[in-house]
Amino acid sequence: MTATTVTRDIAAGVGARLRHRPLAIGLAGVAALVVLLVLGVGFGSVRIGPLEILGVILQRAFGIDIGVTWSPATEAIVWDLRLPRVLTAMIIGCGLAVAGATFQGLLRNPLADPYVLGTASGAALGAAIAVLLPIQLLFVEFGLLHGLAFLGALVSAWVVFRLGGTSGGGGLTRLLLTGYAVGSVLAALLTMAMYVSGVELRQIFSFLLGGLGGASWTRLLVATPLIVGACLLIMARSRVLDGLLLGDAAAGHLGFDVRRERGILLGLASMATAAAVAISGLIGFVGLVVPHVVRLAVGPQGRRVVPLAAILGAGLLSAADLVARLLGDVPVGVVTSLLGAPFFLFLLRRSRSGYEL
Amino acid sequence: MTEVPPILSASAVTIGYGARTIVDDGDLVIRAGERLAVVGPNGAGKSTLLRALTGVLVPRSGVVHLCGDPIGSVHRRAVARTIAVVPELADLPFAMPVEDVVALGRLPHEPPLNGLRPVDIAAVDAAIDRVGIGSLRRRDVRELSMGERQLVFIAVALAQAAPILVLDEPTAHLDIRHQVEVMELLVELNQRDGTTVLAVLHDLAFAAHFFPRVVVLDHGRIVADGSPFEVLDAGRIRAVFGVDPALVRLPVGAA
Repeated sequence: MTATTVTRDIAAGVGARLRHRPLAIGLAGVAALVVLLVLGVGFGSVRIGPLEILGVILQRAFGIDIGVTWSPATEAIVWDLRLPRVLTAMIIGCGLAVAGATFQGLLRNPLADPYVLGTASGAALGAAIAVLLPIQLLFVEFGLLHGLAFLGALVSAWVVFRLGGTSGGGGLTRLLLTGYAVGSVLAALLTMAMYVSGVELRQIFSFLLGGLGGASWTRLLVATPLIVGACLLIMARSRVLDGLLLGDAAAGHLGFDVRRERGILLGLASMATAAAVAISGLIGFVGLVVPHVVRLAVGPQGRRVVPLAAILGAGLLSAADLVARLLGDVPVGVVTSLLGAPFFLFLLRRSRSGYEL
Repeated sequence: MTEVPPILSASAVTIGYGARTIVDDGDLVIRAGERLAVVGPNGAGKSTLLRALTGVLVPRSGVVHLCGDPIGSVHRRAVARTIAVVPELADLPFAMPVEDVVALGRLPHEPPLNGLRPVDIAAVDAAIDRVGIGSLRRRDVRELSMGERQLVFIAVALAQAAPILVLDEPTAHLDIRHQVEVMELLVELNQRDGTTVLAVLHDLAFAAHFFPRVVVLDHGRIVADGSPFEVLDAGRIRAVFGVDPALVRLPVGAA
């Protein structure tokens, strides 16, 4: 036995042990989310202690009094400002990560992200149109911007799927290329819109950068069922994702209606993406990288990857948003990329001996 | 010999893509427990015929019957539990250990939400053992050689534990020893477990040596169907494959 095979076996052994403990990783992840929630609500321009946070949450959500006192200002900060923002970050991170994992598996492409079907450009164009239209529509905290961004994302995904969604031979490449082509057309229109936008440019630009400043309970309550529902339905179909890894023909022989399943999964992932984008603008990196980090830890099985991606995505985005706020409200996408990318590179280098992407 | 009912049959199937006809008016009856090889030059329609027989391609005319039912009316999962097809060599997009890949063969059997049951794990272990890739279990499929990968994909189909096993060029990337081992495995599966084996082969010598029934396809038509001794005579080899029959070493008595 050569030295390389020994190293490989050791690496594989470590990987195997981890891979058999997805439940432990999941529980640790949920615990980390609770810690992140307390940190996210506690830190900011005003610091709030964990007991006060717990008190406010229990009092407002369940009417339970635990004998801690706090000022009305504290209550407003915790309940009206920070809690919805932290929860929104978690829901959006969860949606983007699950959508990313789904697109990567479906398209059999490690470089796919939630925006691969043109959803990003579609949403951005929708938002830009909303900004430029001389109408101000507001319906319980939902402006034209949210509505058109959501529609833009869904419509562009639908158009790409209709134009490029064939099964068989070059089907996947065709779908990807159609996504890029449609995305380019939309991006050109977006550039045009930005060019003519004048003073509104800043508003379009802030949508492109993405951020969680617009979080509120109402928006969260509308986005959550869409995102969580889509994620749960994707989880229920995670074995389909595994089967599709072998390719369309093989998945067909394993008893799947490949065309139908792909349509359903693309639809669900696009729904989660559209809902996330409408609330928070374009946040990059989370959807691309979180699924890979999870695969490095537990292998590529959909039943493990999808739920763990949901947890890690939620954690990563809420942590990034906390850092972004502490740095004086820099765009959260900047933080996800600046902190996430080096960590990801580190993982990639370490994993060279055993399981690569 | 008593007449066994056909397990898989094609009646007057014509198969094509667009205006092009690939298989023309083909009739093929396969009985449970048979072992047959389909041979023919490149482009003769062998793989297309397999795709129709396994239900993934709907013929333009004619019907394929699986256990007496039109295959189009049988649920896909039920078809997958009856016919296992060795997948073509796909490049996996992510690293995946061999045992997880082989476990994909259990997809038609396992409950969709619960995942692998003990019986599924036993089938995966048996398939890995049967193909003799136990030492590769935890290796990433993507770092294996083409030949090793071919064995892994054969194990996927074995894990499916279906009464019919279909293989398209199962030995294309294998060295001579593994080619023979795969052939012997097919014979054993057929004789010991009663699996019906249908294989497309390029090597006429292997077809003649290991298969009691050989079907010759040429330009989309089934031109011969019978024992290798009847089917693979010198005249037909010259006519169908366009080569000197002396180049093809057939078992004694075949040529």
